[in-house]
Amino acid sequence: MFDKQVLDELALSEPEYGMIVDRLGREPNHLELGLFGSLWSEHCGYKHSKPLLKMFTSDSPRLLVNPGDENAGVVDIGEGLAIVFKVESHNHPSAIEPYEGAATGVGGIVRDIFAMGARPIALLNSLRFGSVNKPHNRYLFDGVVSGISGYGNCIGVPNVGGEIVFAESYSGNPLVNAMCIGILRQEDMTRATTGGEGNLLVLVGSGTGRDGIHGASGLASRTFDDDRELRPTVQVGNPFLEKVLIEACLEAASSGKLVGLQDLGAAGLTSAAVECAANGNAGIQLYIDKVPRRDAGMEPYEVMLSETQERMLLTVTPENLDFIRGIFDKWDVACNVIGRTTNTLRTEIFEEGILKGDLPVDVLTDPPLYEIDGIRPGYMDELHSFDWDSIDIPAEGPSETLLKILASPNISSKHPVFRQYDHQVQTNTVISPGNDASLIRIKGTTKGLAASTDGNGRLCYLNPYVGGIIAVAEACRNVSCTGADPIALTNCLNFGNPEKPEIYYQLQNCVQGMAHASEVFGSPVISGNVSLYNETRDQAIYPTPVIGAVGLTENVDKNCDIAFKNEGDVVFLLGADSFQEPISSLSGSEYLEVIHGKVAGNPSIDLELELKVQKSCRSLIGAGLLSSAHDCSDGGLVVALAESCISGGLGFMGSLPNIERWDVALFGERQSRIVLSLNPENLEEFNLICSVNEVPSIQIGTVHAGSFKIEGLVDINMRKISDTWKNALEPSTV
Amino acid sequence: MKFGVVVFPGTWSDKDCFYVIDQVLHQPVEYIWHKDTNLTGFDCIILPGGFSYGDYLRCGAIAKFSPVMKSVEAFANAGGLVYGICNGFQILCESGLLPGVLIRNDHLQFRCEWTNLRIENSDSPFTSKAETGQVISVPISHGEGNYFADGATLDEIEKNDQVIFRYSSPEGCIDMDNNPNGSLNNIAGITNREGNVLGMMPHPERCCDPLLGSTDGEVIFRSISDTLSMRSS
Repeated sequence: MFDKQVLDELALSEPEYGMIVDRLGREPNHLELGLFGSLWSEHCGYKHSKPLLKMFTSDSPRLLVNPGDENAGVVDIGEGLAIVFKVESHNHPSAIEPYEGAATGVGGIVRDIFAMGARPIALLNSLRFGSVNKPHNRYLFDGVVSGISGYGNCIGVPNVGGEIVFAESYSGNPLVNAMCIGILRQEDMTRATTGGEGNLLVLVGSGTGRDGIHGASGLASRTFDDDRELRPTVQVGNPFLEKVLIEACLEAASSGKLVGLQDLGAAGLTSAAVECAANGNAGIQLYIDKVPRRDAGMEPYEVMLSETQERMLLTVTPENLDFIRGIFDKWDVACNVIGRTTNTLRTEIFEEGILKGDLPVDVLTDPPLYEIDGIRPGYMDELHSFDWDSIDIPAEGPSETLLKILASPNISSKHPVFRQYDHQVQTNTVISPGNDASLIRIKGTTKGLAASTDGNGRLCYLNPYVGGIIAVAEACRNVSCTGADPIALTNCLNFGNPEKPEIYYQLQNCVQGMAHASEVFGSPVISGNVSLYNETRDQAIYPTPVIGAVGLTENVDKNCDIAFKNEGDVVFLLGADSFQEPISSLSGSEYLEVIHGKVAGNPSIDLELELKVQKSCRSLIGAGLLSSAHDCSDGGLVVALAESCISGGLGFMGSLPNIERWDVALFGERQSRIVLSLNPENLEEFNLICSVNEVPSIQIGTVHAGSFKIEGLVDINMRKISDTWKNALEPSTV
Repeated sequence: MKFGVVVFPGTWSDKDCFYVIDQVLHQPVEYIWHKDTNLTGFDCIILPGGFSYGDYLRCGAIAKFSPVMKSVEAFANAGGLVYGICNGFQILCESGLLPGVLIRNDHLQFRCEWTNLRIENSDSPFTSKAETGQVISVPISHGEGNYFADGATLDEIEKNDQVIFRYSSPEGCIDMDNNPNGSLNNIAGITNREGNVLGMMPHPERCCDPLLGSTDGEVIFRSISDTLSMRSS
């Protein structure tokens, strides 16, 4: 029997240990226990989340491979092409060592994608930090951004977008979610499998070191309650090797001579080999002494659990070994046979011919699943019945209030960050970061792919179910604003400790909301990742599901960005027939937090209206009627207008008649609204499309040069608006 | 005429350059693996952008030892056109085919953004179709693009009109406000004394398509193909 300290180190409970002994019919040795610790961790085994993830439907005629069967679902985009994409967290490593934590987060998600035979064509990042004014948060922020920049730029995959949000709940527990999109010819798809008996397991890439041991069980699967030095559990990245691995693995994949291909991520060789064996319904023998090391004297335990980056596991038949080895030799990448497949359905680990561990594959890959009875958190009722009368209209007036909000770190320009990322390499980037979604073309076709990440922790905190719906709706709306049709989703669930009933409630309800919205949009969730235990000293982060939405357009020439283009264009608000919004539209708004220091209210969304708004927006862009389209979200209508002005180097003149409170009209964040501009000559067709789709719209004003005016409310010189918005996050000292 | 695009381990603009020559110029082009040494039949060799060998020691410092580089040197000495973009420029400086060196950007950050380049010399095989003083908009994407040379070298390349591109304002004004990395004299691209080897930090292959926001980069590639057609006729 192992003592509690050993079990703690592996994040296994005593009952779980008992279960292992029962199912093996004996006590495991130390190596074997390490394998269980990793594979039964939340990060690899999804003990608390698997039952919830079943709520996601994956029902779409576009799905070539179902999400459950591989690392990610594969989506048909026509002409023999398919895409795969996934978002993954590297929150805990980034909290400890921001540069390497974020860098290896990028590396990990990229390997997930080319493991399927897909060429990585775009990266996005969804980041959360505590208040940027605190030095430690600034250190994390700058470190994470340079880590993403340092790794991503080196591997030649454009970093086309994402989002960055600051809120106190992420202080000390930043969220670093990286997303990668890959494209493949359908016949080049590779699978994470060993195939049947008699195949060879080939490890390629980096030599194995002692880095990252217990990353999955120790870091990703528990909270930061003590101050133990955890830095050694963070891996160090080698982006150059990653770039070479991409090329070599894709060359191998397109040769058609691979049985299987899998990345070594969390739990390293253990999870890669055991999961492939499970998928291949085979057994494996691993010859641990054949694994090339960076470090002398490593124990089998360390080799099996190392999370050294930039390694991949290939399965090949013996007759194809020389051919595959030739590819890796050409790229100067190490390539070693480290095992073979058997028909025993067991994982057998040998060192120098001596059997060191012997476990059934099915027991390793079948962790206990926990369903907890969630309890609705007490704060919700209180915040839902918030007394709106207590919110005074700011005495400083609308112009000053607007400038304050434009300078808030959440609203202000993220250009100081995006300019550190290469967003153009591969020469496909049609719409760059800084828009609602980014758009990349697909060479050799007329198609384009739009991508956006979105997640609103504040709204999910106030109402997890509705917040989950809104996260999906907004990510899809961003994509629709480029003209693309959202065809599939990925997600990363960032939550606190799920063993607490209130946190479990948040998790469960967010997932329910997301699943419902995904079904309504007809956009399946094709992949995902779970990051739980995001707590520091018992304080959980806001429940933060991050949604990655990818849209397809058949005609990439017909696209739209957020920038106003021409003086004299008329500006409309789609999704509204008046400017009078209910005061509850301030729920969870940036205005409420920045100006009044409150996070309160109860967000809502009308999904039927949302669908119509998005569909009309896509039709309008497809018909070539629009000059710009911008999702009206954080900061409300007036911030959306200001951003379209700044982006286009133009101004605006308009009015908001018949309103009660200007703060609600300007800064309310009701969903399902898009700010559009168009040439007045297109008005007739515009109105026709809106009425066919039964979508309300209302004219706000026209595009002008020079200043930003809303009659009787706002009158600010454009230069002032622009400088305020652009300079708030500067200087980003890295 | 035939273009060759060299691929080092870690190169990533190879496909972008290939695409422009193939799909925009409609000229023959082949990849050249860095271990190949036979450049027979090529008329212009492009060293594209990327992080050859991870740029771990110093940008371009390891790539200069790749077998292909000896052949590139001989090719250049024989008067062939050699064009280094971004990492290619760094490799050419490290190899001694171009004077000076690229050091870390003065603000210590990577930068990917649009810059304006004033064309300083249209009497070059790489800019023959442009006008001297013309300003083109071309993106940069580098962390180490800060051009540096000692005073004597700098004087010499200025005196010999080897500076082909300078970072400028859209109107062509040369000043520190329009210098994205701290390069001496706002230098963005230079040739060797003979004029047949060009290195530049910005990426003209990224702006040869209206869909990507600019076609200003085309003038460089068209100048090269024009030069090569004239040479062969």
